[in-house]
Amino acid sequence: MLMIRTVKWRRFSLLRQREQNPFVILVCLSLILSLIVLIATSIGAISISLRDILFFDLSEFDQTILLSIRLPRVLLAVVVGAALGISGAAMQGLFRNPLADPGLIGITGGAALAVSCMIVVIGPAYGFLGLYSLGIAAFVGGMITSLVILRMSRLTGVFSVTHMLLAGIAINALTFAGTGFLTFISDDQQLRALTFWTMGSLGGAMWEPVLVCLSIILPSMWFLTKKARELNVLLLGEENAAYIGVDTHKLKRSIILTSALCVGAAVAVSGIIGFIGLVIPHLIRLLFGADHKLLIPASALLGAALLLFADTIARTIVAPSEMPVGVLTSLVGGPFFLWLLIKQNSNGN
Amino acid sequence: MLKADNLNFSIHGKTILDRVSLEVKSGEIFAILGPNGAGKSTLMKCLSGYEKPTDGDVFLMGKTSPSYSLTDLASKRAVLTQSVSINFPFTTLEVAAMGRGQISGFGQKERDFEIAREAMRLTEVSHLEKRLISTLSGGEQQRVHMARILAQLWDQQDCVLFLDEPTSALDLKHQFMLFDICRTLVSQKNYAVVVILHDLQLAKRMTDKALLLDTGRTFAAGPSADVINVDTISALYDINRSQVML
Repeated sequence: MLMIRTVKWRRFSLLRQREQNPFVILVCLSLILSLIVLIATSIGAISISLRDILFFDLSEFDQTILLSIRLPRVLLAVVVGAALGISGAAMQGLFRNPLADPGLIGITGGAALAVSCMIVVIGPAYGFLGLYSLGIAAFVGGMITSLVILRMSRLTGVFSVTHMLLAGIAINALTFAGTGFLTFISDDQQLRALTFWTMGSLGGAMWEPVLVCLSIILPSMWFLTKKARELNVLLLGEENAAYIGVDTHKLKRSIILTSALCVGAAVAVSGIIGFIGLVIPHLIRLLFGADHKLLIPASALLGAALLLFADTIARTIVAPSEMPVGVLTSLVGGPFFLWLLIKQNSNGN
Repeated sequence: MLKADNLNFSIHGKTILDRVSLEVKSGEIFAILGPNGAGKSTLMKCLSGYEKPTDGDVFLMGKTSPSYSLTDLASKRAVLTQSVSINFPFTTLEVAAMGRGQISGFGQKERDFEIAREAMRLTEVSHLEKRLISTLSGGEQQRVHMARILAQLWDQQDCVLFLDEPTSALDLKHQFMLFDICRTLVSQKNYAVVVILHDLQLAKRMTDKALLLDTGRTFAAGPSADVINVDTISALYDINRSQVML
């Protein structure tokens, strides 16, 4: 077992030994993303040929489909995927553990509960104002749960993964109960809005959610990339980071703030889409190393690409009906998480 | 260079340090010795400015440590803690370069990697530069972290190094290597080194002064060669005189 793992690690480190240029990696990831965007724009219930899109040689009907249905949907998948990737990377850095996924440790759940409250209390959201209010609710919910989890996982004074995951389970159960109760007391229209949402779907995408999401994740990404080196140093532990001169309390606060913003944005427009935040940063680390300078933007790009890919499958595989994309990402993410858990455990031995 | 006056530290009503005073001059290697749980690490945390003593003051270069900003402090002293666990796949060079963090304003610079490489040459881990830190043995990791804190104070004079059991995982050769580095730094760059040790022979041979702690109190203090003797040690550790080997 040990032999196999050593070989595997060596393979990855071999991959890393070639001098990497972060810029080249980011350009490559952007190209992959653009390619998937093009393909995803062309296929669907009504397919539009790639050539026609590129030369904008479209009938009026195709134009309408492209501009008011297909494109918003594709772009929403891109921004939500990016938001989930970034928040996953930031949370794992904050908890210093690759198992910390916003969905698993209850942060998404907290955000979802807050949004459910908003839906049931003030009704489904329409337009920019409604979306921002949902976004703010999700942000507040996510932030409160992040703080609770951070406090709970250090209950004994030192950070404990077990406490983090157990607190996550408890909070997930609580938020699940809360959302369930809200579903129970909601009327027909609210129920529709709630159900569509907790399953995690990008259906019914319009331009507003895309713009709202974008206005939140771009500043977050910029901020976290700027803090990349401090995030790296934080991985040495709070004490050691402080010795190197990092104001760890301030840094932790700002990471919680930005990742709760990202989770909030994603949850407000698309409900709970699990595991992107877990899988993506891990893949990037495996391939290109753990430096946050690359990890943050690369997680955004790959997260966008993966969610768009999953969403394209979700809406074409059973066309003209569609599958909630959250179901699909969980299907891939669940086994991945188990693998990660086993690997971590054997590393500890 | 480093001075502590009547330090007290208590947490949850339990007294960890009780009126400890010490002075470390530049050019000195200063050992802190004592049984498990005597308060050695806590004393070091207070001295390095991480914990605030309940009572008493720590002076670094004549100024109390709270009057320094975190950044200033980071360019005046570096700390090697007992163990650092990293769950993420960083290469050893990346880890060593982390020590440059605040000093170069957290901008990734080629110069930082040069310094990190130099430091890694000193602690003899250059050949591991591209390996992932998690694949290294305990002693190798300890040398990488030593390189990291050397890189932190690179190009600086008059600094204080705090080392908490820096030799715990090192083989004999590298124990000597570590003290060679320390001796060079104190004599050529005017450093002061404060080191927690369990190896009394090593402490007697390699350090200039020693402070022996017992349950938070100063048990004995003075030049290492004098204060580390059979009588004091057997009394401090509560063992037979015949069991003491120095």
